[in-house]
Amino acid sequence: MVLSKAAPHSDVSVHSTFASRYVRAPLPRFRMPEESIPKEAAYQIINDELMLDGNPRLNLASFVTTWMEPECDKLIMSSINKNYVDMDEYPVTTELQNRCVNMIAHLFNAPLEESETAIGCGTVGSSEAIMLAGLAFKRKWQNKRRAAGLPIDKPNIVTGANVQVCWEKFARYFEVELKEVNLRDGYYVMDPEKAAELVDENTICVAAILGSTLNGEFEDVKRLNDLLVEKNKETGWDTPIHVDAASGGFIAPFIYPDLEWDFRLPLVKSINVSGHKYGLVYAGIGWVIWRSKEDLPDELIFHINYLGADQPTFTLNFSKGSSQVIAQYYQLIRLGYEGYKNVMENCRDNMLVLKEGLEKTGRFNIVSKEEGVPLVAFTLKDNSHFDEFQVSHLLRRYGWIVPAYTMPPDAQHVTVLRVVIREDFSRTLAERIVIDIQKVLHELDALPVRVAEAATVAVSSEDIGGDGATENIAKKTALETTREITNAWKKFVMDRKKMNGKINGVC
Amino acid sequence: MVIASATRDPEAGETLSCTFASRYVRDPVPKFKMPVRSIPKDAAYQIIKDELMLDGAPRLNLASFVTTWMEPECDKLIMDSLNKNYVDMDEYPVTTELQNRCVNMIAHLYHAPIEDDEGAVGVGTVGSSEAIMLAGLAFKRKWQTKRKAEGKPYDNPNIVTGANVQVCWEKFARYFEVELKEVKLSEGYYVMDPVKAVEMVDENTICVAAILGSTLTGEFEDVQLLNELLTKKNKESGWDTPIHVDAASGGFIAPFLYPDLEWDFRVPLVKSINVSGHKYGLVYPGVGWVVWRSKEDLPEDLVFHINYLGSDQPTFTLNFSKGSSQIIAQYYQFIRLGFEGYQNIMRNCVENAKILKEGIEKTGRFNIVSKDVGVPLVAFSLKDSSEHTVFEISDHLRRFGWIVPAYTMPADAQHIVVLRVVIREDFSRSLAERLVSDIEKVVNLLDTLPSTVHASTTSAHVTAVTNETGDKVVKKSAMETQAEIARYWRGLVKDKRTGVC
Repeated sequence: MVLSKAAPHSDVSVHSTFASRYVRAPLPRFRMPEESIPKEAAYQIINDELMLDGNPRLNLASFVTTWMEPECDKLIMSSINKNYVDMDEYPVTTELQNRCVNMIAHLFNAPLEESETAIGCGTVGSSEAIMLAGLAFKRKWQNKRRAAGLPIDKPNIVTGANVQVCWEKFARYFEVELKEVNLRDGYYVMDPEKAAELVDENTICVAAILGSTLNGEFEDVKRLNDLLVEKNKETGWDTPIHVDAASGGFIAPFIYPDLEWDFRLPLVKSINVSGHKYGLVYAGIGWVIWRSKEDLPDELIFHINYLGADQPTFTLNFSKGSSQVIAQYYQLIRLGYEGYKNVMENCRDNMLVLKEGLEKTGRFNIVSKEEGVPLVAFTLKDNSHFDEFQVSHLLRRYGWIVPAYTMPPDAQHVTVLRVVIREDFSRTLAERIVIDIQKVLHELDALPVRVAEAATVAVSSEDIGGDGATENIAKKTALETTREITNAWKKFVMDRKKMNGKINGVC
Repeated sequence: MVIASATRDPEAGETLSCTFASRYVRDPVPKFKMPVRSIPKDAAYQIIKDELMLDGAPRLNLASFVTTWMEPECDKLIMDSLNKNYVDMDEYPVTTELQNRCVNMIAHLYHAPIEDDEGAVGVGTVGSSEAIMLAGLAFKRKWQTKRKAEGKPYDNPNIVTGANVQVCWEKFARYFEVELKEVKLSEGYYVMDPVKAVEMVDENTICVAAILGSTLTGEFEDVQLLNELLTKKNKESGWDTPIHVDAASGGFIAPFLYPDLEWDFRVPLVKSINVSGHKYGLVYPGVGWVVWRSKEDLPEDLVFHINYLGSDQPTFTLNFSKGSSQIIAQYYQFIRLGFEGYQNIMRNCVENAKILKEGIEKTGRFNIVSKDVGVPLVAFSLKDSSEHTVFEISDHLRRFGWIVPAYTMPADAQHIVVLRVVIREDFSRSLAERLVSDIEKVVNLLDTLPSTVHASTTSAHVTAVTNETGDKVVKKSAMETQAEIARYWRGLVKDKRTGVC
């Protein structure tokens, strides 16, 4: 009889990953592991950890696209190894980017001749786009001041306090002062009058937002333009306007085509828009368009000679993937004007369904307007019992991510919940969330009423020392302890949210 | 008898038609304005895919250091996370943690002086350009703060680098208003000379940038020597000039192949390092990393704070919303390959570079300009450029499918022209042997072609020819026309900044 000996090291590839040692070993966190592991194990380990991330499509905080057609996914995967900046080697990809720039420039009514090419570029997002636009304004202003023999050390930019955090980044990193127009109760966007007042000789531009992050409103760019034209006439400063159309840029042209906010207004010199918001592309693409050559100082542009044709480039990032640019082009030709219009109209209709459902509960005030980015921002009519943060927290248990925010100054006492309606938020989802919100309200109603003042303390007499003398000891009831904990936690979240403020990532 | 009349339902026809039978491939493709109507998704997909066929093949692009191949398992992870917005830390806490783990792993790889439970200071970026801008910003702010405290002027910051520096340093200098002081190269010495660099340092210098893995020849600059010289100068001058190491390419090579080479945080004056995850980090384009030595090297006022349920999440990036795929892919590579995996891959690259180098040397027609120690690439120039130039070789190689770029060196070695082949993970030995044989074919072919290079660049020969009317018409010979074309084309390419790095 032959006694067969089991081989001490069985072939690792035979083991199912969950039978192998790789799911027993602690996961490397701070140092690179010494040894390699099989690719299936690496895939499984990471995939499993990522299960605990939120579900992107249920993330109603974000404007950023979370769904694209499978055909586009195919295009994305096949171009994932193409380095976008390689214009020589990938001339078609470069041309697709140029086509997108031209299409968007025409969409924004840039004053171009028939065969004139638009001035603009693709970026990684609106942050980069805004920094490039701001850089152009700063350089133009410096050149103008230098030529006039005036000081150039104190540039500033005028915006509303509702501005997204990337403007603050721009200001801090590029050493420009940020002059913010404060909001007020009931008026949550930049007031054009106040903005024009803040403008001085050091202002490099005024930034208006088409689609405010907090409540989706479109700022009145036309009014701002008119006021600024007048002021410019009096002062002789040539203060221009930049429109941050990160969200609104792919909405207004389709459902509010008569709204004048783009290059139809003479003082608007540059516009940025996020391809990855209502441009309907996955995260990682934005666009910035300038009115004309004059608005982009040549000294900021690096020239690359593309076998005879001059390729000007002006971006902060260099090597990056081509996938999103190709995906944007796909969307532009796949959907066309009518397709985008239909998508935006659907979003608006679903927004109305949600809004009406919320109004019908009788418990909410709607803070967002109907004209603007399709979102619903709402506050509790009565938040003495519980507040918006608690509603947000409980909704998470149903799978929904609905953020709660406090407004920036001077409306910090106002807290809103906000649901963004994206392309993939269908009517059934809208109806379902209304039902879930009602369930949440019901649950919160059942909680005991919170005490606004310091928690009352019940005093009881107890014989602790055992020496017969009774002492009065402040003893908290279980309820009070619970309340204290809840209050502490609520305060903690509120502080966090306040600090988050507009940093609350998704925009 | 009923005569059936066929009714053609136009809609049904469209969905039945194969894309190439439909009208969508007849219509002109939209280029400048958005089309008014929608088209079916299959048509959109096919149209775009077909146009893209005319792009170069990424894997045959030997100009680029940027990764062009990853394992299918990683592709799956990438697809699944395409719709995750990386900046959303609240909603995607695991993705955020994966980024932090990568930062820590890289910091430890570079011997950052951090305790075991101390978090490393660093961040993921879109590439080395953003990383360099962040590092430069930190240096600029630190220097400004120091000068302000001393009551000295801070309006003229400068940075010292070699002329071999990649274009993103020039961008940083131009956009953030810092003067760029470049140490010129010289024939035979194609990196920054530490002695000359230190000479250029003055009180306005915010940092000296050394490159580990020069774009042009793959060489590693001598960071240790630079540190020595700078330490001496700092002692004399009292300026505290620090060093930044641009390890875009070399950062994922040196630790695995040359672990004893001291270039990272083991060198005391090195305060920050950037590395491209998408070069030898072996990830698709779109990820870079920057790590700082310690908290002190990153001024607080540049950092925005986000509170992540109890723990503080500081963020300092230029970009905001972006995809999470590359970060997850980087973490995949770290745990999938581990130290030994990366080491094996780099060793393979070096081996294949050697095969290519020997094959090219054997033709007897080229000088090898790149060194053996450094980034695995082969840069070579023609021994004799009197008849034909490397630009022609590059052009002919494209006909075989290879993209091999030809570059002129920057000042002061502009007369040196090289071809450069980068050996990436997916450039196997068989491809190396095939490329050598194709180079031989091209060289032999060029030997049979008339020369397109004239010794003098003065007036070309002009043959006067009388045409029918008896006027003398200046007619250039075929060869002269060709020469003119080659010169014109060379002139265009001459000043090209090497895009791919």
